[in-house]
Amino acid sequence: MTNATLKQLSQQLAAGEVSSVELATHYLDRIEALNPQLNAFITVDRARTLADAAAADAARAAGQAGLLTGVPMVHKDIFCQQGWKTSCGSKMLDNFISPYSAHVVEQCHAAGLVTLGRANMDEFAMGSSNENSYYGAVKNPWDLNAIPGGSSGGSAAAVAARLTPVATATDTGGSIRQPASHCGVTGIKPTYGVVSRYGMVAYASSLDQGGPIAQAAEDCALMLNVMAGFDERDSTSLERAREDYTRELNQPLSGLRVGLPREYFAAGLDADVAKVIEDAVAELKKQGAQVVEISLPNTELSIPAYYVIAPAEASTNLSRYDGVRYGHRAAEYKDLVDMYEKTRAEGFGAEVKRRILVGSYVLSHGYYDAYYLKAQKIRRLIANDFKAAFEQCDVILGPVAPTAAFNIGEKSGDPVQMYLSDIYTLSVNLAGLPGMSVPAGFDRRGRPVGLQIIGNYFGEAKMLNVAHQFQLATDWHTRAPAL
Amino acid sequence: MSLTHQDVARIAKLARINVSDEEIAAVGNQLNNIFGLIEKMQAVNTDGIEPMAHPQDVSLRLREDIVTQTNQREAFQAVAPQVEKGLFLVPKVIE
Repeated sequence: MTNATLKQLSQQLAAGEVSSVELATHYLDRIEALNPQLNAFITVDRARTLADAAAADAARAAGQAGLLTGVPMVHKDIFCQQGWKTSCGSKMLDNFISPYSAHVVEQCHAAGLVTLGRANMDEFAMGSSNENSYYGAVKNPWDLNAIPGGSSGGSAAAVAARLTPVATATDTGGSIRQPASHCGVTGIKPTYGVVSRYGMVAYASSLDQGGPIAQAAEDCALMLNVMAGFDERDSTSLERAREDYTRELNQPLSGLRVGLPREYFAAGLDADVAKVIEDAVAELKKQGAQVVEISLPNTELSIPAYYVIAPAEASTNLSRYDGVRYGHRAAEYKDLVDMYEKTRAEGFGAEVKRRILVGSYVLSHGYYDAYYLKAQKIRRLIANDFKAAFEQCDVILGPVAPTAAFNIGEKSGDPVQMYLSDIYTLSVNLAGLPGMSVPAGFDRRGRPVGLQIIGNYFGEAKMLNVAHQFQLATDWHTRAPAL
Repeated sequence: MSLTHQDVARIAKLARINVSDEEIAAVGNQLNNIFGLIEKMQAVNTDGIEPMAHPQDVSLRLREDIVTQTNQREAFQAVAPQVEKGLFLVPKVIE
């Protein structure tokens, strides 16, 4: 049961081999035993989970079960869930019991999925190491000295440690792909606008996008079928016909054109990571894929452009935390402005404050054109690079991060070093493209390395096809850490 | 470019985040390092490039001007720091 995939659990439930209550109990017991060393969860509520599982069993007994009814899952603590604490990893929302549910949470609930708990994350999704959580760092299940990646570090660590078959996550600059890579699990960030942002605590609204993390690509496809879809409550949700993300999984890869951006294999890429990616590309070639060398010349500029645009949007989004309507409020203050300033100084952690300050500056009078507008022009150049590249290939392959997971504490004192490690993921968000990470090997220290697959707009089914065919021929995604 | 302590204090004021005198030097250093990274943008020629605000260049949807949500004041105020008679309380702003 422990290593079962989402698909296998769905089949076991349908065959009556196991009940939802039995499954929930199994995972809750594992969480209780293993979470103290991993810190992957912020909230677990056994009674509520078991009640939901019992309801799923009752629905099945009444003949009302869907494909995923009764399957346990975990939500990143960024998705509002009615009646559950939704902290977003912040002291600011430590007392926030959400009065409503996000669209993604509603969809999962409607599909009959049972929530095991709420995953730890970098505060307000700002971070690449999960060291920025008010609730403490998450540990990498493969090596407790290593970071799990961020910001969806709790989601990725929980799936890797087999504390859940699947978890929701979000990706603003790599926050699904990078932790999936570092934890040896599969994660997909869809095209911007495919998954509703309603009820997903906002960080940088033109970049934020939800998606699943699971063991295998097939499971991600099944989850994306649940999570995706038009929602009028998100002003940038795209009105498109529903699609079945599993529809192309079994297509052979012969004739697939795979683009390798030369900038992704330049200086700065760890030799072990490079070898893992080369081997993965060789496997796809064996299956009939054709390799095309491409260029994404503005890749390096994605870092400054992102670290202007994301903080700018964050500074406006996070202005809502004023100590008036919800969240933390300072205990003592002398007037309204003092209340705002103390509330926000106490409620936000260091990285969140840094990004709000950067954002406030780049949007301030006299600096807007030099920073924000400039960054938006570079964003266009980056999107154009991809447009040209996709005329030559069907998917783009490369590393997710320059190295496997680094040690806890290694970069936490130097924000700029941390930002530089986002080099291969940021441009995908700036362009609004879909991207995923697939387990592809390990480095010399035994830490997982993911292969990044970047698709064209709405190319999720094709990416999942590539990932699934790769996983049929390899077993990296089936390996689990010893805990 | 280098931000002075005065600049940092002004930005903190704009952001409504209290930064103490003891913190200001460290915060200033970090911000200057970050802007060192950001400044690399300035070397790029972007003449004639249309700024990209959003991944999909679509216009925002409009909806009918009708009531779609029910009043949930009690549920929403249950999580507020201070409420009275259905109102959110803040420190006095008008004498």
